[in-house]
Amino acid sequence: MSSARQTPTGQIDVDRLKCDFPILSRPTHGKRMVYLDSAASSQKPNVVIDALADFYRTTNANIHRGVYELSELSTAAYDEARDKIANLINAASARECIFVRNTTEGLNLVASSWGRANLQEGDEVVLTVLEHHSNIVPWQLIARERGAVLRFIDIDDDGRLRLEQLDEYLNSGKVKLVGVTHVANALGTINPIAEIAAKAHAAGALMLVDGAQSVPHMPVDVQALGADFLAFSGHKMLGPMGSGVLYGRRELLEAMPPYMAGGDMIRTVELYESTWADLPQKFEAGTASVADAVGLGVAVDYLSEIGMTRTRQHEKEIVRYALASLREVPDVTLYGPEGDDRAGVVSFGVGDVHPHDIASILDGEGIAVRAGHHCAQPLMTRLGLTATARASFYLYNDESDVDRLVDGIMTVRRVFGLGA
Amino acid sequence: MADLYREQILDHSRNPHNFGEIEDPDFTYEDSNPLCGDRVRIDVKVEDGIIADIKFSGRGCAISQASASMLTDMMKGHKVDEIRELTAEDMLDELGIQISPARVKCALLGLKVLKSGAYGLTDWPHQP
Repeated sequence: MSSARQTPTGQIDVDRLKCDFPILSRPTHGKRMVYLDSAASSQKPNVVIDALADFYRTTNANIHRGVYELSELSTAAYDEARDKIANLINAASARECIFVRNTTEGLNLVASSWGRANLQEGDEVVLTVLEHHSNIVPWQLIARERGAVLRFIDIDDDGRLRLEQLDEYLNSGKVKLVGVTHVANALGTINPIAEIAAKAHAAGALMLVDGAQSVPHMPVDVQALGADFLAFSGHKMLGPMGSGVLYGRRELLEAMPPYMAGGDMIRTVELYESTWADLPQKFEAGTASVADAVGLGVAVDYLSEIGMTRTRQHEKEIVRYALASLREVPDVTLYGPEGDDRAGVVSFGVGDVHPHDIASILDGEGIAVRAGHHCAQPLMTRLGLTATARASFYLYNDESDVDRLVDGIMTVRRVFGLGA
Repeated sequence: MADLYREQILDHSRNPHNFGEIEDPDFTYEDSNPLCGDRVRIDVKVEDGIIADIKFSGRGCAISQASASMLTDMMKGHKVDEIRELTAEDMLDELGIQISPARVKCALLGLKVLKSGAYGLTDWPHQP
């Protein structure tokens, strides 16, 4: 499979790869669609779409319950998907990978379960101003409940973390957890997680990583990074909506109380007492979204055959081309760092045109971008903005998509009479 | 999409009518569209049940600011009671453009603010 999607020089053959994604050949407003919103959700290849239908046609039954053949097949398919995910992120054991609906649920699980059991009055949790709301708001809730204190690492003008602040915070000796997004969804900053984790651990704090924007786009090795927790979403990595994963180090997950309770997460239930199932079931109450997990496993296969290193290299080249192209366009303001610590995300503005107007005009040109605060209002406030337009790239985007974006921005300028 | 940004809309957003604030208004209200941060405030001066003066201020996308500007033109000199009867459809008709579902709230923010100020109705105006 991978050989068919590589050029002779080993790069991704985007023209052939695009054929795997049926939605990319769907025109929008009568034009070839240019999909530049993969940071919000990726499109899905045929193998993933087919895997969902195949599961329901051939394998569907509830897991862990029946002793009949279908239930055993369904359980095996679910377990196999978990193995693939553990392998992708180099978890020491598949039991450390909990299926959740999305990154948000994974982060809420940690904040609620670990936070409630471990945070005491006056304890500190260090986050950053780059975080998505999903790695801020759950901590606000639990901090209020436990009397814990939140600290935020600021950024410099390029959107890079000011790590000297982390050192200051850790000096207090009260920090129990450091939670950082691996890649900032609004700016594309790739944060030095291994360095941050080493500092956190040296101060006796745990390291939580929001991997929503990194796991789909680059090699992520939880052991090499020193991540104690890592949450990510399947739908941003070619998998089905409603699939996601929380990785947690085994001894941490084993010591944590359940997040949700109900069927499949118990060992024994009496009227007034219950005991919990082993990992990972302890954190997977109720019927799982088995087909979606299986589809995510197929997405992992697809990505693995192309290779995460090659995917990262492809996006690096595209974002370099995009930044160079957009820098030539008058009235365009670019946000975020320039360099190797930049993922395939380009936040921008055009003159004083509101980003929603930018996005609406681009939509008319067949180009899908995100506009708004990107669920990162504290970051927007820090940057003195209310919103930006954001183009984000994936392995099915190429330079022709960037060229269309540039043409679209010229239309925005024309409509709003810029440079006239 | 050129339709959405036809000249009248752009004119209103670039050079909004009745832009500013009224000193000592009879009612004033401000609201925002949380999705995109559009913000509109409307001040109204009433004399004998008539909207003697109406001004808006705010910031946001061209659609939200142009529709607020057009709304002030529509209502100036009219009876306050007419605010109640004004529907989302009236506002969209006045804009005269196809508004996609994602942008309807931008187009109706001014009307929502005006109705809220006049009657404390804080729901989004009924959409046709």
